[in-house]
Amino acid sequence: MNTDKIENTLEIKDLKVEYRTKNLSVKALNGLNLKIKRGTTLGLVGETGAGKTTTGLSIMGLIPVPPGKVINGSIHLNGEELLNKNEKQMRRIRGKKVSMIFQDPMTSLNPVITIEDQISEVIKTHEKTSSGEAKKKACEMLELVGISSSRGKEYPHQFSGGMKQRVVIAIALACNPKLLIADEPTTALDVTIQAQVLEMMKELRQKYEMSMLMITHDLGIVAEVCDMVSIIYAGSIIEHGNLVDIFDKTRHPYTIGLFNSLPNMGDRTAKLKPIKGLMPDPSDLPKGCAFYPRCEYSMDICAKELPKAVYRNKEHFVCCHLYNSENISEGVLGFGR
Amino acid sequence: MEDKRLMLQVKGLKKYFKTPKGMLHAVDDISFDILRGETLGVVGESGCGKSTTGRAILRLIEPTAGKIIFEGEDINKLKTKEMRKKRKEMQIIFQDPFSSLNPRMTISETIEEPLYLHKIINNKRRRQDKVAELMDTVGLSRRLYNSYPHELDGGRRQRIGIARALALNPKFIVCDEPVSALDVSIQAQILNLMKELQIEFGLTYMFITHDLSVVYHFSDDIAVMYLGQLIEKASADVLFTKPLHPYTKALLSAIPIPSLHNRRGRILLKGEITSPIEPKPSCRFANRCRYVMEKCYKNEPELKEVEANHFVSCFLVKDDNI
Repeated sequence: MNTDKIENTLEIKDLKVEYRTKNLSVKALNGLNLKIKRGTTLGLVGETGAGKTTTGLSIMGLIPVPPGKVINGSIHLNGEELLNKNEKQMRRIRGKKVSMIFQDPMTSLNPVITIEDQISEVIKTHEKTSSGEAKKKACEMLELVGISSSRGKEYPHQFSGGMKQRVVIAIALACNPKLLIADEPTTALDVTIQAQVLEMMKELRQKYEMSMLMITHDLGIVAEVCDMVSIIYAGSIIEHGNLVDIFDKTRHPYTIGLFNSLPNMGDRTAKLKPIKGLMPDPSDLPKGCAFYPRCEYSMDICAKELPKAVYRNKEHFVCCHLYNSENISEGVLGFGR
Repeated sequence: MEDKRLMLQVKGLKKYFKTPKGMLHAVDDISFDILRGETLGVVGESGCGKSTTGRAILRLIEPTAGKIIFEGEDINKLKTKEMRKKRKEMQIIFQDPFSSLNPRMTISETIEEPLYLHKIINNKRRRQDKVAELMDTVGLSRRLYNSYPHELDGGRRQRIGIARALALNPKFIVCDEPVSALDVSIQAQILNLMKELQIEFGLTYMFITHDLSVVYHFSDDIAVMYLGQLIEKASADVLFTKPLHPYTKALLSAIPIPSLHNRRGRILLKGEITSPIEPKPSCRFANRCRYVMEKCYKNEPELKEVEANHFVSCFLVKDDNI
């Protein structure tokens, strides 16, 4: 199959994932839809417990089963269904076609193996190369992420946090994957180091022509590195669009709430307007719209019916009862006309 | 000579730690004032000594040298017993609400403990009333009275930390990254609460954080620290509009701004942070500075007041031209 023709590197449809225990089932993802076009970066934005990491893990086939269980849906990577692959097949995909980097670089590296060996391990697993060649490639990768290859024989504890995250990125990119999933890659880093790492990821993405899923809670990072944005709440996407759609034509009350919670860099004294209440308990989600108990604009229908997607343009959609095809382009909340 | 408006004066504070490789200069000779009812934000990257400073001020760790003058009294000279009394007036809120609460104590017990230990209210009944009142103040619903910390989310736990700090009616609170572990929507709730409490009780805060947009929103004055030293201090507006130190400029430019408009150019810092162990007498930022000159490697720049309430330590900044 010629995968170059396929427009979407990743396409997730109606994904439902639950974590089941004896007397409780936690609905982590509730019919999640996601699309990443070739060579673009999608930002997946949401709060703790919204299902961001579960989305990443589902793509990698790393949901712990049990208690986790994929109930429904499909995940297509370059047109290939991932959910019916067995473990052996998945192992050939992970690290080769799709890689994931995690929030905490301190725990993603093996402390007793040199970083050079950790990078060449992934190359040896996926490509038919000799140890020597794999080592050589590993050193190239190190240089690529801005670490002198002479440090390849060192161990993770000899590196700072920012450098460890660079090593993790080198491992993830060693086999030139089509999709990189970055789960809060810079949350554990200082701002100046974060700026370095983000800049580097942006360059590498272009160089390798890969697609990226950037999982984050930071809208500043999204504005910095992403092309498209999906806002996730209680396991489903509630608003999706490109940067202009989301930042300037914001429609969903939750997305607006997220922006209002951030300190205004233009006006120091502006009072923050937090979203009231807390995320719903995912083992006991409200019927209808999951956001309605916290929503300022909730109506009777919100408690009963799940809102369907209303499109403002070809890409930008919002799942909210406030909107219909007539008022969506103007907006009704006076935010981002 | 004592200025009534001064809440806290720190003079030449030092904290060194012994390590196998030599003395680690965690906090190296810093001085600043905090005025009554105001907030001093302290920002810097991990390892720059901001938390150590906060703890040394409360003498939770003993400073190596320096004076900490709280309402005109050098508390560094107080004996342990006297210091314990003083802490009624100086409290701290910690970053991680998950590890700073005792998992085996209920919420009411946690909030009640300081009242009991400091013998503020000896009558149990009245103490419990006070606990309920504190829970109302910080917005914890009374049904949580007998809950344990593991039953609560991060935002509510942080509210317990705040209630506990408020229990003793302090004048001064060190807030050590109080919202860093929280989601933005919850972060905004807690920041608003802390601001309301400041106005209601006339509190003075020292607000330690690495989040620059939070500190801008929250502080009157901001101090920037780098490797144990204070390199720039000014009012929040001046610091954000007219930063002078090259590190402050780089730090501000690195904030990811959640907007598509007014984007700034980024100053990317090269190189890694120099080691704080036995530092040589040079500018500690020299290795990463793009304006570095020869004298930066030889001498240590002093913190100078270049304008009223604008302090900076950099050879680039002369007294007359800014």
